[in-house]
Amino acid sequence: MIYLYAVTILLVALSLMKDRGRTLRALRIGGKRFLKVAPAFLSMLVLVAVILGLIPDELMMKILARDSKWIASASAIVLGSVAVMPGFVVFPLCGILLGNGALYMVLSAFSTTLMMVGVATFPLEKVYLGTRLALVRNLAGLIIAVAVAAATGLFFGELL
Amino acid sequence: MNRKELVFPATLLVLFGLFVLGSGLAGFAPGQQMGRDFAGFFMKMLSVLPCVFILIGLFEVWVKRETIEKHLGCGAGPLSYLWAVLLAGTNVGGLHVALPVGHALYVKGARTGVVLAYLFAATICRIPMALFEATFLGWRFTAVRFAVSLPLVVCFAALIGHHFDRRGYRLPETGGDES
Repeated sequence: MIYLYAVTILLVALSLMKDRGRTLRALRIGGKRFLKVAPAFLSMLVLVAVILGLIPDELMMKILARDSKWIASASAIVLGSVAVMPGFVVFPLCGILLGNGALYMVLSAFSTTLMMVGVATFPLEKVYLGTRLALVRNLAGLIIAVAVAAATGLFFGELL
Repeated sequence: MNRKELVFPATLLVLFGLFVLGSGLAGFAPGQQMGRDFAGFFMKMLSVLPCVFILIGLFEVWVKRETIEKHLGCGAGPLSYLWAVLLAGTNVGGLHVALPVGHALYVKGARTGVVLAYLFAATICRIPMALFEATFLGWRFTAVRFAVSLPLVVCFAALIGHHFDRRGYRLPETGGDES
């Protein structure tokens, strides 16, 4: 995080030294684009907060640590696609689930869909990619996540 | 953004605000938690996004269109996917940060497939995140995920990008596009 600030300040300073007018134009472009997508960002935050509130941790644990690996994997995919979580929450949670006996395959399906497929990020994605491409990207993400989960299952000897 | 596009976010925000307010008054704990989560995420966004958009602005005025077109555009070879994945490895947030950056690349002449590869890779192959993941789930788990997902990411991105480019699909504009 500090690096991001340092790099930004450094580059703005360099840019100012080189060309004042251009730098101001850069800031204006950045600001304009930010304002344009701000409503979509806010919608995303509301959806994330609501979805996260609707799926409590205990429920998640219960679902993902199911005995049947097929049901657990399928629920992991659904749960991962609907829920949104920051990375620093996902992996510690997965670590706990692993300790509770969840399969690697299930955790892989869960974490990969969490990151690649997003119902809550869709309003934002739509603004940048357009509805069609956003839909196709999420679908492709889902397929990749299933493939990754299956490969993880094979590798750790859980699938067969 | 025109009026019509504002209806959904505005309605959502007002309803959510009323719900959280009501939860606060009625002592409904899950509702209060949602409000707190929202505030937390909001602050986090506020700490990252201004930097990201300033960098995008600088990118827009300083980087030459020809440079991006040459390395990431329609004429560029398969190496362009490698650049996209490497660039994605440095991404600081999730998809929400990668989207504006990917869009900025597109505006400067990157082709759709390369932008998609960047977006995919930014969600699953971020270096700091991978280190974190390996700590909790073991490096073998992370290695399998990278080994399987990266080739698939590039294949899917290339296929989808090719298809959309050929049909003349254009990404929407998001304001301030000068080149």
